Amino acid sequence: MNTKMTRRWFVGSVGAATVAPASALVATHAAGMGSTAPSAAPGAPSAAERPKVVYQFFSAAEAQFIEAACERLIPADESGAGALAAGVPRYLDRQLGGAWGAGERLYRSGPWMAGSPSQGYQLPFTPAEVFHNALRAITQDLSARGTRFDAMAADAQDAYLKSLEGGVTDLNGVTSGVFFSMLLGMTVEGFFSDPVYGGNRDMVAWRMIGFPGAYADYYEAIDRHGEKYDREPMSLGEDRHRHIHPDPNIPAKL
Amino acid sequence: MQRLKAVDVVVIGVGMVGSIVAKELATAGYRVVGLERGQPRFTVPEFQGPAIHDELRFDIRKALMQDNTREPMTFRNHASETALPIRRWESFLPGTGLGGSMVHWNGQTYRFQANDFELATWTRARYGRNFLDPEVTIQDWGVTYDELEPHYDRFEYLLGTSGKAGNLRGKIQPGGDPHESPRSREYPTPPQKEHFSGAMFRKAATNLGYHAFPQPSSNLSQPYTNTEGIKLNACVFCGFCERYACEHFAKSVPQTIILPVLLANANFELRTGCQVQRINLDSTKKQATGVTYIDAAGNEFEQPAALVITATFALNNVRMLLLSGIGKPYEPGTGKGVVGRNYAYQTMSSVASFFDDDVIVNPFMASGASGTLINDFAGDNFDHSGLGFVGGSFIGAVNTNGRPIQYHPVPPGTPAWGKDWKRAVMKHYNHTVMFSVHGSSVSTRRNYLDLDPTYRDAWGQPLLRMTFDFPQNDLKMADFVTGKAVEIGKAMGAKQVVGAPRKAPYTTTQYQTTHNTGGAVMGGDPQTSVVNRYLQSWDVPNVFVIGASAYPQNASWNPTGTLGALTYWSIDAIKNRYMRNPGRLVSA
Repeated sequence: MNTKMTRRWFVGSVGAATVAPASALVATHAAGMGSTAPSAAPGAPSAAERPKVVYQFFSAAEAQFIEAACERLIPADESGAGALAAGVPRYLDRQLGGAWGAGERLYRSGPWMAGSPSQGYQLPFTPAEVFHNALRAITQDLSARGTRFDAMAADAQDAYLKSLEGGVTDLNGVTSGVFFSMLLGMTVEGFFSDPVYGGNRDMVAWRMIGFPGAYADYYEAIDRHGEKYDREPMSLGEDRHRHIHPDPNIPAKL
Repeated sequence: MQRLKAVDVVVIGVGMVGSIVAKELATAGYRVVGLERGQPRFTVPEFQGPAIHDELRFDIRKALMQDNTREPMTFRNHASETALPIRRWESFLPGTGLGGSMVHWNGQTYRFQANDFELATWTRARYGRNFLDPEVTIQDWGVTYDELEPHYDRFEYLLGTSGKAGNLRGKIQPGGDPHESPRSREYPTPPQKEHFSGAMFRKAATNLGYHAFPQPSSNLSQPYTNTEGIKLNACVFCGFCERYACEHFAKSVPQTIILPVLLANANFELRTGCQVQRINLDSTKKQATGVTYIDAAGNEFEQPAALVITATFALNNVRMLLLSGIGKPYEPGTGKGVVGRNYAYQTMSSVASFFDDDVIVNPFMASGASGTLINDFAGDNFDHSGLGFVGGSFIGAVNTNGRPIQYHPVPPGTPAWGKDWKRAVMKHYNHTVMFSVHGSSVSTRRNYLDLDPTYRDAWGQPLLRMTFDFPQNDLKMADFVTGKAVEIGKAMGAKQVVGAPRKAPYTTTQYQTTHNTGGAVMGGDPQTSVVNRYLQSWDVPNVFVIGASAYPQNASWNPTGTLGALTYWSIDAIKNRYMRNPGRLVSA
């Protein structure tokens, strides 16, 4: 598959996406192109290469944070694309705006109590609520300091993310560490999951590590011990012309 | 509530156990109803690729698992804590739907060893009466390996398991596991091809004087027609076994080994979407009259039956007894009662061996059970004198997949994100060998199952409550055997070898294994067991409880092979003795 075809696929997918307020789109991209934007790493997407995302779940301000934060979690470097070019923010947007965000496969009955770490997640919030609550608090916090996350230098962004990661700060009912682990977990998911979900654009993450994706027959190859296996990866969303059709609304049940 | 026409047998849960017992009884001429809470599903069309090769959907979101939004369970490490719901599955993954949890298994198909079935007696005899921590409540099973051998054999030939015998009728066989207890004949099919990681492990382990052998796999090495006349295909190493269903007809699951025969039998009726609420008892509480269930539309039915077999996942078997008032619930304070007692697990440790770029592992070429193993530190295959623990672990290079959301090993000290994390993921993905250090689990006084006092399922019934933490015995065992595994990693020439022996506290937030055992254990004494040696309830003789719930403690290996053997052992007794003369098969 060549990049040209991939871009065509991508533009097409944007055209088909649900209409969102134009202001959101403009604001997001303006933020990404700002001179203070930190993404100068090798391999970082130029503005023209950046996925255009019509955000459905995130507000403009939230999307600014998410785009910049994801790119710090998995940055572009000499090995290739980071989370932003891979479309991870779009993955997050579609998942949080869909069934997963609404609490798919989450037991939601009370009573609600703080548990031990061994007992896992015990908040009454859906993932969508966790993100909205936490992002509202973060935006307010940074605004009070007179800045925006996407306008901060990379080192300062990393320091801020670390403070969330290890922190017990209350973000409208969500401990910052809980929000951070959800953000990181979903960023890794978006990076490595099948591109049908909107991330891992053009299977960039799979290419970087050499994972062939949904491909499924190694009966002969398994005998060739120690040989590098080179094969174009395969997405479950591709048609016979190898166009990948994103369809993030796959239910988490068979 | 609608009262239905009585049948001979009602089977709760149509998974591996339910399919086998229903098939045996329907073939013998009995009217059998199978009640399955989940959906009907088959290799075609439900399990087909490429849609089935979706890591997000099946691995991360757990598409094949028990519906935890309606039926989770609660958990705490210790009885002093308040149990809270496991709001998302992670540590263990009970399945749901036709075919049960076996649909999403890895296919690792072991036998336990002869002394596992007499563990308490054996341990006292070899190491003395005071060897064990007084907390430990291991006990004998009430059935011996020799009694189970024909049933292990029958189960393996149903599955077509691919392996190499190590002990044929007492004669050690080159290439197999010399520690195994005698088997009456070879595996039905030869071992699967060896993965590169297994070949490296084999060489290193052999050089250290250990006895490497191919993992017995029910992802088949070659096409096979099983004992029910059903044809299976050879596995192509797609790397999507555990947490997935197999699209290739190559993994032995009820759909590929027995359901086609069962569903064609006019004596059997499958009802899906049926949530059994309880087993009903008569006024004496010594006789079951059938079951009450609610269908998917919310309608309640009573299904009368002369015999009830509960064949659900181990944990759900225990809950079914507690909800039905069958057997005395265990009380950890007094040690009295039996239902929920001796819950055990599996003590999972691991070793990661990191190589340079020149060693290319290709982790994505995989079957769920084509590893290479040693049993030199499993069970009681080594002298435990002075070690302070019973049990052990198999050690193996068991490369089951390279699915990257979950599988991207990095050395300790790597940041959890950022450019150094990304660099480490890229660097190590294709150059790392993982060992499984798969350990036994003793039962103790403090680990048990009961009903939660607070949280309820979607039908208004109390959830199962699990109280569990790793016993000191097992932590010591994990530490010792993981040390041995690290030596093998070093002998492979890895640049960096990192052992991760299992540590307390047990957490529900990290996947370990779905080998939950006990809670309705078998044995010879009604004071310390729920079911007799034929898996018949001591209290209500027309109820049989078949599952890994019967294990008094868990051994060093995956439990499914032993469960298959126990299923045939039990159904033989039901068919040949109980049905002819209903009543207790063992006097209390």
